[in-house]
Amino acid sequence: MLFVYVVLGLFAVTTLAPFVWMLLTSFKSLQDVDKPGLVPPAWHPENYKSVFAQVPFGLYYLNSVLIAAWVTFLTVLTSAMAAFAFARLQWRGRNSVFILYLATMMIPGVVTMIPNYTVIVRLHLLDSYTGLIVPAAFSAFGTFLLRQFMTSIPKALDEAATIDGASAWTVFWDVIMPISKAGLAALAILTFLGNYGSFYWPMILIKSENLRTLPIGMMYYDSSYGRETNLIMAAGMMSLIPPLLLFIIGQKQMLRGIQMGAVKG
Amino acid sequence: MRKRVNLAPVLFLAPNFLGFLVFTAGPIVYSLIVSFTNWNLQRTVTTRAVGWQNFVEIARDERFWLSFLNTIYLMLGIPLSIAFSLWIAILLHRKMKGVNALKTLLFLPSVTSGVAIMILWKALYNPDFGPINRLIETLLHVHGPQWLLSTTNVAGLNVEHVGITSKQVGLGARDALNIMGVWGAIGGSNMLLYLAGLTNIPEELIEAAQVDGASRWATFRSIMWPQLAPTTFFIVIMSIIGGLQGGFETARVMTNGGPSGTTSTMAFYIFRKAFEEYRIGYASAVSWLLFAMILMFTLLNWKFGNKDANLA
Repeated sequence: MLFVYVVLGLFAVTTLAPFVWMLLTSFKSLQDVDKPGLVPPAWHPENYKSVFAQVPFGLYYLNSVLIAAWVTFLTVLTSAMAAFAFARLQWRGRNSVFILYLATMMIPGVVTMIPNYTVIVRLHLLDSYTGLIVPAAFSAFGTFLLRQFMTSIPKALDEAATIDGASAWTVFWDVIMPISKAGLAALAILTFLGNYGSFYWPMILIKSENLRTLPIGMMYYDSSYGRETNLIMAAGMMSLIPPLLLFIIGQKQMLRGIQMGAVKG
Repeated sequence: MRKRVNLAPVLFLAPNFLGFLVFTAGPIVYSLIVSFTNWNLQRTVTTRAVGWQNFVEIARDERFWLSFLNTIYLMLGIPLSIAFSLWIAILLHRKMKGVNALKTLLFLPSVTSGVAIMILWKALYNPDFGPINRLIETLLHVHGPQWLLSTTNVAGLNVEHVGITSKQVGLGARDALNIMGVWGAIGGSNMLLYLAGLTNIPEELIEAAQVDGASRWATFRSIMWPQLAPTTFFIVIMSIIGGLQGGFETARVMTNGGPSGTTSTMAFYIFRKAFEEYRIGYASAVSWLLFAMILMFTLLNWKFGNKDANLA
C-alpha cells in the first residue's frame, strides 16, 4: 500500500512541479529568475501589475471570457434545440441527417478552417468579434452529446405534457431542459474551456492587438517580452484562473461530459 | 396527425443546422473542390482546376515528407503516456483516502489552457537558466541538452532531407515536445477512460484469480489487460488520430516550426501553406490527404472497435 502512495505521489509531484515553478517564478525579480533556487529570495507581487502595464492584458482577458461566454451560450442553446429535434421529434430523414452530423465529427478541424477563413474574409468579418463567435458556435459534438442525454429521459414525461396541451416548445423548455441540466452543464463547461483555450481560429482571424484573446495575446507577449520570465509566468498564472475555477466548480459535470463524449469515437 | 406539415422539427433544428451547413458541411465540400484547383489568395495566378496536380506536388515535396516524419516522431510518446495512464488508473482504482483529490490534481494539465502551459515549458526548457537543465546539472553533473534550440533527436533524423544520420543524434526540440506531451497526457482523459474500464471488470474474476494465488502481475496480464483491451484499442486509435493532426499549436507557440523546420508537423505545414503562402488550393489538398490518413484509423476503430466498451 505504501508502494501505491509513493508511486502516485511521484506522479502527482511530476504533474504539479511545473505549476509550482511557474507560481514561484512569477514572484521573483528578473535577476533572481536566472539564479538557481526555487523559492524567491524576495517576493515581488507587483509583477502581476506590471503585466498590465506592458500589454493590454485586461483586454485580452475580457475578450477571451466574453467570446467564450457567447460561444457557450449559443452552442448550448442551438445544440439543445437540435438535440431535441433529433431525440424527441419525429420527422422524415431524421436518422440520415444525424448520421451526417456524426460523419462530420470525424473530419479534422484543419479541413474546415481554410474554407471558413475564406468565407469570413468574403463576409468582411475578419478581425471581428462576430467572426470569432459565430463559426465556433455550431457544434455537431454538442448536438450529439445532448441527444445522448435526452434519449435517456423517459418519453412518458413528454406524453404527459402533450396530453395537457403543451406545444413542442413547452415540452422542450419546461420538461426536457430542466431534466437535462447535467448534460447542459457538462456541455457548457466543455465548450467554455474549449473556446477559452482556442488557438487556431483566433490565430488566423485576429489582426488587431485589441481583439486578441488570451492565448494569442500570451503568445505575442512571450515573443516580445520573453526575456522577462517572471512577468510572463505571472501572466500565465492569471490566465489559468478561469479554467481552474470552472474545473473546481464543475468537475463532476465536466468529467461526465468527457466520458459521454468518448462513447462514440 | 402525420399528414400535417410539422413545423416544429424545422424550427428546432434550423439554427444549429444552418450553422452546420455554413460552417461545417459546406466548407468540407468546398475544401474538397478547392483542393483540385490552384487557388492562391494572392492571385498571382488565375484560379483554375488543376486535377491531381496538387497531390502530385505534395508527393514530390520533401518539406511535406519531413513534416510527415516529424508528425510521426512527435507521436512516439503515445505508448509511454498510455502505459502511465493505465498504471495510474490501476493504482487509483481502490478504496483509499484522497483518490478524488489525486484524480483532480493529475487532471490539471488537461484543464489548463494550452498556450500558458506551452510558454511555461518553453521557460522550463531554457538551456541556460531553465529548471530542467539546472536539475540535470545538479543530479548528473553534465551540461543539459539544448532542447528546443537543437535539431538533434533520439532517432538521428536528418534536417534537410529525409534520412538518418549519426550527426543528428541527441536530445533536441522534438524530444522536448515528446516529454512535455507525455507529462500532459498521463493524468488526462485516458486515465479516466481506464478508470471507467476498470470498474467494468467483474469483481469475481479478480477475486477468483487472487484465491488461486495469482501474483499481481499475473492478474493484470491474464485478466485486467484482456478485459481492458477494447478501452486500450479505443485510446490508441484516438491518440493516433489526434497525433496525426496535432502539433500546430506547439510548433507555433514554442518553436515556430523550428529549429530548421524540425518541429513542423503536417498541421503546421498546412498552416504555413494556407496562411503564410496563401496557397489555398494546395493547402486544402494536403488537409484532405491528412484526412485520408485519419480516415484509415477511424474506419479501423469502426470495424474492430467494441462500441459497448466505450460506454463509461
